[in-house]
Amino acid sequence: MHRTEFAIIGGGLVGMATAWGLVRQGRRVTVFDEGDIAFRAARGNFGLVWVQGKGVRLPDYARWTRLSASLWPGFARELEEETGVSLQLSKPGGLELFLDEGELDTHAADLKGLRDALGGDYPFERLDGTALRKLVPSAGPDVVGAIFGPEDLNCNPLYLLRALAQAVVGRGGRIVNGAAVRGIKPDSGGFILDNGGQWAAERVVLCAGLGNTTLAPMVGLEAPSWPDRGHLLITERLRPFLDHPTAHVRQTGDGTVQIGASHEDAGFDDATSAQVIGRIARQAARLFPVLENVRVVRSWAALRVMSPDGHPIYDESDIHPGAFVATCHSGVTLAAVHAMLLARLVAGDDPGIPYLESFSAERFRVPQAV
Amino acid sequence: MADHVPLIVIGAGPAGLAAADTALAHGLEVMLLDEQPGPGGQIYRNIGNGDDERRAVLGADYAQGETLLPVMERPGLDYRRGATVWEVTPDRQVFFTEQGKARAVSADKLILATGAMERPMPFPGWTLPGVMSCGAAQIMLKSSGLFPAEGAILAGSGPLLLLLATQMLAAGARIGAIVETTPARNFLAAAQRLPRALLAREYLRKGMGMMAALRRSGVPWYKDAGGLQALGTNRVEALRFKDGAKTRELPCGLLLLHQGVVPNAQIARSLRLDHDWDDMQRAWRPRADSWGETALPGIFVAGDGAGIVGAKASAIQGRLAALRAADAQPGEAAPLRRALARELAIRPFLDRLYRPADEFLQPADDTLVCRCEEVTAGEIRAAVRNGSLGPNQAKAFSRAGMGPCQGRLCGLTVSEVIAQARGVSPAQAGYYRIRPPIKPVTLGEMAALADESDEN
Amino acid sequence: MPNDSVFRRLSDPPDGEVTIRFDGQPVAAREGDSVAAALLAAGFAALRTTPAGGNPRGPWCMMGVCFDCLVEIDGVPNMQACMTPVREGMEIRPMSGARSLGGGDG
Repeated sequence: MHRTEFAIIGGGLVGMATAWGLVRQGRRVTVFDEGDIAFRAARGNFGLVWVQGKGVRLPDYARWTRLSASLWPGFARELEEETGVSLQLSKPGGLELFLDEGELDTHAADLKGLRDALGGDYPFERLDGTALRKLVPSAGPDVVGAIFGPEDLNCNPLYLLRALAQAVVGRGGRIVNGAAVRGIKPDSGGFILDNGGQWAAERVVLCAGLGNTTLAPMVGLEAPSWPDRGHLLITERLRPFLDHPTAHVRQTGDGTVQIGASHEDAGFDDATSAQVIGRIARQAARLFPVLENVRVVRSWAALRVMSPDGHPIYDESDIHPGAFVATCHSGVTLAAVHAMLLARLVAGDDPGIPYLESFSAERFRVPQAV
Repeated sequence: MADHVPLIVIGAGPAGLAAADTALAHGLEVMLLDEQPGPGGQIYRNIGNGDDERRAVLGADYAQGETLLPVMERPGLDYRRGATVWEVTPDRQVFFTEQGKARAVSADKLILATGAMERPMPFPGWTLPGVMSCGAAQIMLKSSGLFPAEGAILAGSGPLLLLLATQMLAAGARIGAIVETTPARNFLAAAQRLPRALLAREYLRKGMGMMAALRRSGVPWYKDAGGLQALGTNRVEALRFKDGAKTRELPCGLLLLHQGVVPNAQIARSLRLDHDWDDMQRAWRPRADSWGETALPGIFVAGDGAGIVGAKASAIQGRLAALRAADAQPGEAAPLRRALARELAIRPFLDRLYRPADEFLQPADDTLVCRCEEVTAGEIRAAVRNGSLGPNQAKAFSRAGMGPCQGRLCGLTVSEVIAQARGVSPAQAGYYRIRPPIKPVTLGEMAALADESDEN
Repeated sequence: MPNDSVFRRLSDPPDGEVTIRFDGQPVAAREGDSVAAALLAAGFAALRTTPAGGNPRGPWCMMGVCFDCLVEIDGVPNMQACMTPVREGMEIRPMSGARSLGGGDG
């Protein structure tokens, strides 16, 4: 029987950020991860630390997201210093571009409503076509306008995961991979994990993305989710031309352009679809006609971990205290709060976030008012 | 407008040409797609265009490729040269680009005859300008009649190395040296497979004849060489290597490398077909039945792209796949299977003899393994230490495999390095997940097809 | 700058001469040559520098697999020289790191 203090199930962005937060506090941590070809939403990530638009239907989510964005630069600096891995963080503010005036109106109205709900403290700006093209000269003629979010950042999500993994290992955390955790049994105040071997843990944190749905009930929790398939296209490297990340197109620190943001329910199938790719390409060419003769070198599809309302799920089990679940589809944006605050909650401290209760899965049991 | 054809063959090398020929003979119309400017694949590159002098230099085996050409004139063949396939779907839709225009065609049956490419041979300095594969030099000879006339060094292991040397001498070249890296112990191990290889004694005889001629030529020929380093600042200037106890440094302006050939299986991979690790060939091959049909109904693999078998065997496999695709009488296959068995008899011997030396499967830490993104073997090993179990995680951490060649040049090496770092076989370490586009394609081309398919 | 070429041609057919330009210099080629073959024959070894590290590269495979022979051809960046046949008057420039958005390299 192996032993550990904290068992983190899932070595993606949620798991690794939480694990780093714990090893920074001097805790003994083991991260359990699957094999090389697993769903791994972390590898399908766009790399946006995205504030705008989050929480329109749940202002607490906007608060949580903004808090994470504000902590991100310090989080990145510490991680970079510790590992020597550059996260390619940039803070020019982000843009969502619109091809349809009506959609832009709706989105702006949503954000205005959110601003009111937050007592006026919610920065965003609506740009018309002219103002947008001053910021982004390469935006195409079909683009009618944009929303500018000054708190939006972007980074390299793969280097983030790599840095977190390196930092966890560097501080004595362990990564046990190659086999999924099949079972968790509460046992005399602790938990026994079965991944083919047997592990005893004092506390367990479920960060297994879509896998949380099956694991959660084992410890008296629930974490409903469905796989929201997103496609990404990645181009050849280009000299810098786009400073501001946009919701669908952004230029990475390596010069490649990432294009994405499709949503589909395709079940547990992360194969790419020719039609979806074609539509993403067509939209990107409308947003940025200058990209028309740029070559796509790779494509990806990954399964976002989508809760029923799209907001995160954080819970500690009432029946089995010491078991936690963390489910979200914004592992990059929330990496800072996961490392700095969620990790404290899991370690038994009070991170001082009163509205964290809003993210309990309890909300799915209450019938929603129509 | 999307078209539909009975059979698409991808690749116009020996497997593809023979497959098209057999399919047409059985009444099946064929669309033959190939990205090169003419048929023949690599082994019969530019066949039919060279003059007598070129044919004489290249030798009788090359000339034999002409027997595959008559299919080009058969009615019912829709041949597209310069057609780059960038996506194939499990339900047999093929997306390709020709002359800058993207097209989509679907088929009842599909034969992947994508052939082989050279195994990467990573060692310090292998990315310097002036370092190329032996196959590259052969392509220049076949396509343009160009040959390295003055002082090139050929280094590595395998029949193609010796064949190129023979062809260069026939052309009148002065070869600087042959630096053969075949480990001495391979000869003893291969000798055990000699009895079976005697079934292909013609092949053996040719090989020994070639070696005898090379010995007579007086070209300096170093054997069991190791510790290779290509030296130079902006281009290769010399090759350093260990020759027994001595270290030698030979000047050269051109260094030609060879370490065998491996299947070019990007399309099969992108279809998520199962691949089996062949420990003898030190490469993966797509899983298929004795007709070449894969687990995806109607999708076949044939030729070197399904596992290295050589040109003649490739043609036979192409014909077998076409017979099945055409629902022909099974009896027709019998003589083909007998011929195939004869052609395959030499393989165990060759595979064992020319198994790559360890230094090229496990390059030193500071050797580049991913040429496109300039990632070293050491960085891959570091990824393993930080939890990467396989090439996909290592890719995410290091960028290896993310460049325009899409892992073609680094895939095998990365799998080998990870396997050894983990203490498992390459089969357990796995390979990159390959997704479309199989070749880079412009956003505009992709977008144009979306417009078309939405209209339909 | 090219060195003296190590390549020779088997025999020059009476016609089929093509003149292309590489980095502003005229280069004699033959119909049917790929751009890569013509440049190698003329003594050039490096055709570009890499985006990742700025290192010089030349053709490796000559069959479209390695993507090391990328050049700008008639204003279009990142073309594989080994997959493009020469044409009279073709303007070829080395790729210097990553491409820029439009046609040219600047």
